[in-house]
Amino acid sequence: MPLEVRSTPTLAEAASLLQAERAARFLAGGTLVVRAVNEGDVSFSTIVRTSDPAFTRLRTAGGRIELGAGVTMAQILASRELAFLHPAARSVGGPAVRTMATVGGNLFAPHPYGDFATALLALDARIRLASGFGAREVSLEELLRGRERTPRPLVASLSFERPADPAAFRFRKMTRTRPKGPAVLTIAAWLPLSGGRVSGARVAFGAMAATPIRARAVERALEGRPLSAEGVAVAVAAAAGEGDPPTDPIASAWYRQRVVGVILRRLLLGEP
Amino acid sequence: MRIRKELFADERDDDLRLVGQPVRRQDIEGHVTGRTAFFDDHSVAGLLHLRCVRSTQHHARIRSIDTSAAERTPGVRRILRWADLPKKAHNILTIFDFGIDDEPALADGKVRYKGEPIVAILAESRRAADEAVAKVRVDYEPLPAVFDVEEALKPGAPLVNEYIGRNWFRYWGDYDCQQIRFGDVEAALRSADLVVSGRYQMSPIEHAPLETQGCIVVPAEDGRFTVYTCTQGLFFSLDNTAAQLKIESNRLHFVGGTVGGGFGGKVDTVVEPLAVLAAMLTGRPVRYVFSRAEEMQVSSPRGAERIYIEDGVMRDGRIVARKITHYHDAGAYSRLSTYGTIKSAAHHPGPYTIPNVWVDSWCVFTNRTPSSAMRGFGVTGGDFALESHMDVVARAIGMDPMELRIKNAYRDGDMKAHRKLTQGAALVECVQVAAELARWPLSEEARRDSSRVGGGGERARIPPTPTARTRAPGSTGTGARVEPARLGTGFAASEPRRGTTPLPGWTGGAGFPSSRPEPPRREAERREPPPEPPRPSTGGHGAIRFSSVFGSRRR
Amino acid sequence: MRAVRLELNGVEVAAVAEGGETLLTLLRERLGDTSPKAGCLQGTCGACTVLLDGEPVLACLTLAELADGRRVTTVRGLADGPRLHPLQEAFMDGFAAQCGFCTPGMLVAAKALLDRDPNPTREQVIEAISGNVCRCTGYTPIVDAILEAARRMAGRRG
Repeated sequence: MPLEVRSTPTLAEAASLLQAERAARFLAGGTLVVRAVNEGDVSFSTIVRTSDPAFTRLRTAGGRIELGAGVTMAQILASRELAFLHPAARSVGGPAVRTMATVGGNLFAPHPYGDFATALLALDARIRLASGFGAREVSLEELLRGRERTPRPLVASLSFERPADPAAFRFRKMTRTRPKGPAVLTIAAWLPLSGGRVSGARVAFGAMAATPIRARAVERALEGRPLSAEGVAVAVAAAAGEGDPPTDPIASAWYRQRVVGVILRRLLLGEP
Repeated sequence: MRIRKELFADERDDDLRLVGQPVRRQDIEGHVTGRTAFFDDHSVAGLLHLRCVRSTQHHARIRSIDTSAAERTPGVRRILRWADLPKKAHNILTIFDFGIDDEPALADGKVRYKGEPIVAILAESRRAADEAVAKVRVDYEPLPAVFDVEEALKPGAPLVNEYIGRNWFRYWGDYDCQQIRFGDVEAALRSADLVVSGRYQMSPIEHAPLETQGCIVVPAEDGRFTVYTCTQGLFFSLDNTAAQLKIESNRLHFVGGTVGGGFGGKVDTVVEPLAVLAAMLTGRPVRYVFSRAEEMQVSSPRGAERIYIEDGVMRDGRIVARKITHYHDAGAYSRLSTYGTIKSAAHHPGPYTIPNVWVDSWCVFTNRTPSSAMRGFGVTGGDFALESHMDVVARAIGMDPMELRIKNAYRDGDMKAHRKLTQGAALVECVQVAAELARWPLSEEARRDSSRVGGGGERARIPPTPTARTRAPGSTGTGARVEPARLGTGFAASEPRRGTTPLPGWTGGAGFPSSRPEPPRREAERREPPPEPPRPSTGGHGAIRFSSVFGSRRR
Repeated sequence: MRAVRLELNGVEVAAVAEGGETLLTLLRERLGDTSPKAGCLQGTCGACTVLLDGEPVLACLTLAELADGRRVTTVRGLADGPRLHPLQEAFMDGFAAQCGFCTPGMLVAAKALLDRDPNPTREQVIEAISGNVCRCTGYTPIVDAILEAARRMAGRRG
C-alpha cells in the first residue's frame, strides 16, 4: 500500500487518528519514522502529523519548564534559559539532525540513541500524554518501560522542575568518534549538594540497557557523600552492576560495563 | 610537505613539476557545483526497482520459497530466481581463465552466508518492492556453519561451497596453498639464538563508501543495454556482466568512471548482472541500489586474516629464518580472495633480506560474508603482522626497533625469497628519515647505512631449498615432485581445470548433494590432467595480467 | 499525491509528490536537482543536506510536503551566476573534495555556518560539519577550506 500522510491541526485529532488505525505512526521530526520508511519498514502505511502550535511550544517561565514534544534540539540550543541542557542537545547528531530531531522523538529513539532522554531522566521529567492516550501524566521511566507497546503512546509535552542550581546538572556522552557519534554510553546526573554532601541525587545511564535507565544503586551510594575521590568510590563501584548493556557495533556489553565506572567517576569529580 | 631530493638524486631526472605542487583536480568544479553525474543522477522514466530477498541464515538448505503473496502485491512485475539465470554460477576471475565459478547470483538451493540474495523482486516503486520482499516466505533447513579459518580446514568441518568442493582454494589444481620455499627454514630455526613467535588477527573492514553500490540499466531499441554504474572497473564489470548473462559484450554500454567512493569495494560486479537480466526479461529500465544496511552487511569487506609468524633471530639482530602461515578468510565465495592470497604470498616476508623463508598462504572458505578487494588486500594484513612482529622481535633481543629494521632491510642486489633481485631499495633511507623526523636517536652506524651498500655477493645467492609441500589435513594430491623452478614462479597461478567445469553430480536446487567434504580420492580415481607446465613469463602470466587489470597502486 | 510549491535556489517551482515522498526524492527525481545525494537515507551521512528557510535539514528524512511554501537551497544555489561562492573556490583550491559525493552536503552545511557566523573558530567549523561524513579526503582539507573561505569573505567585505 502506498504511504499516506495525514496532517491534523490539533494534537487531539492526531491522537484519534492513531487510535483508529493501530499501524499508523506519528511523525514529529522525521529522523525515526522517515528513516524506517527509507529502510523498507512496511509495517505501517499511514503517517500522522500535527501542526498544533502547542506541540512545538517551549515555556521556560515559572517553576516548571515545559517543552512541547515537537520542540527540536535546535530550539533547545537557541534558548538561553536552557543553557544547562545544551551539552545534551548538542550531543544529538549534527546541525541538520538537530533542526529536525525533537525531544518527544528522542524518548522513542532505540538503543544506542536517546541521549536527550537520558538527560530528561536525570531531571525526573513528567510526560503528558495526548488525549485518547489518557491525557494523563506519567513518569518518564514509566513511559520508557512501555514505549514499544502498540499503539505507541503519543506524547504531547514534558516538563521538569527548573533547577535551582543549573551547575548541579551534569552530562557526559562517550563516543568512539569525535566530535560526534552514537553513544558507547551516556550519563546524566542531578547532584544537588547540601552542606557539601549530595542530597537527592538522580543518575541516569543511556546505552546501558534497552532504554535509558535510572542508576538507583549509584544514587543510593552517593547519598550523603561528598563529591571527592573517596566519597564517590562506592558509587563508582556500583555502576557496573546497573542495567544490562547490549552488545552492538559500537561496543560490547563487557566494554560498557568496564568503562561506565570510569566515565561516572570523571563526571562526579569534574575531571576531563 | 618536503621532498628529500638529496636521496638517490643520481637515479632520476630532477624535473618534478607536479609532485609537491598544488594541482587542481580536473573534476572538482563539477563536485563543488553539484553537477558531477554519479550513476544515480541519471534521470530515467518508467524505472522498475529491484530489491532482493536475503538469507536470514548463515548456512542452510532451502526447502522451499513461497513467492505467491509477493507476486500478488500491487506494482510487482516480476520475481527472478536462480532458474532464470543464464549462467548458474560465476566468479569474476574466470574471465581470465583463473579460478572456479563458485557463486550463483541468486541462491541455488542453499545459502552460504547471511544476507545472500535468494530471489529478486521487480516492482514499480521502491515501496512496492519492499512490501513484496516482506511477503516472501523461505523455508530453511539450517546447516552447521563454520566462521573460523582454522576450524574450516579441520577434517569434518561443514563444507561451505560445493563448487569449490573443499574449504580451501587449490592453486594450480594441486597446491593447497600458495607457497614460498627459500633456503632451509627448519635448520635455520634450530640454529638460531632465539625463536620469536606471534599470532596476528585482522578483522573484516567495510569500505563504507558514501555512495552505496548500484546501477541503472536502460534497454535500447537495438537490443543493447546502457548501464549507468559506480563500478571501479568499467570494462572488467562489462566483461563479467556479459559472461554471466552469456551475451556478447557489444550488447552492453557501460557508463561510469564517476565513483562515489570505492576503495576496492566496487569491482565485484554484483549489481550489474542481475539488473541487466531484469531489464532483458522485462524490457523495462531497472534500478538496483544497495541500501546502507546492504552495503554494510552484504558488500564484500576486506577479509579477516590470521597470520602466524615464527622468526629465527641472532643476538646481533640478524633475522636468519622466517616461517609464516597466513590464512585469508574468503567468506562463502572466492570473489577476489584467491588473488588476494597470491598477493599476500608475494609480499612476504616483507622488505627484509632473510636467508631462509617459508610461507604458506591459504585461501579459506567460511560461512561469512564473501570478502574481496580493499586497498592493498593481502598486503595490508601481512604488513600489520610483519611490522608488529618486528617490534616484538626487537623487544625480545633488546634492540632498537628502527635499528632492527635497518639491519635487516633489503639492499640493492639482494636475492628475494621470490627469486628476484632487489632493485631500487629505499627502506634504509625511509627509516632514517622517519627517525630523524620523530627525533628518534639512531646509532652512528645506522645513520650512515645505505640501501646501496652491503647487498649482492653472497646475499644474491639462491640457497639450497628443500621443497616439502604442505597439504591440508585429509587432503590428497598428485604426489608429483615439485620442481624448484616452478616454485620460483609460483605466483602465476592458473587452474588447469577451466573455471567452467561443472561439479560432478551437481544440479543445484533440489537433490542437493550432501554438505560434507569430498572423501579423499585415490590416485587412480583422478581424472584431471596433470598440472600445466609453468607458462613462459613473456605472455599469459596470471600475475602480470592481474596487475594490469587492477593495478595494485589503484587499490 | 500532493502538489508542492517551493522556492528552489531563488526560483519558484512546483511538483506533485507521492504520499510519504521525501524532499530528497522530490528534488532529485521531480525537480531535476540531483546535487543532494542519497548516501545512507537514515540521517547519518549528511550527503543530502539542504537548507530549508536557511536552516540545514536532511532532505532524505524530510517529507516533501513539509517544504510546501518554503525556501530550499542546495549547493546549486551557492554560485552567483557564473561567479562561484567563496566556499566553492576554497574547496577547489584546497583539494577539499576527492570523489565528490559528500561535497554538496558539506558545502551546504558550511554555508549554513557562515551565514550565521561569518568568522567561526576551527572548533565551530568542526561542529558545523559533524553530521557530514567524508570517506576520501579526511576532514582536515575540508575544515581548512571553510576557514579559508571565511577569511576571503571577510577580506571582500573589507
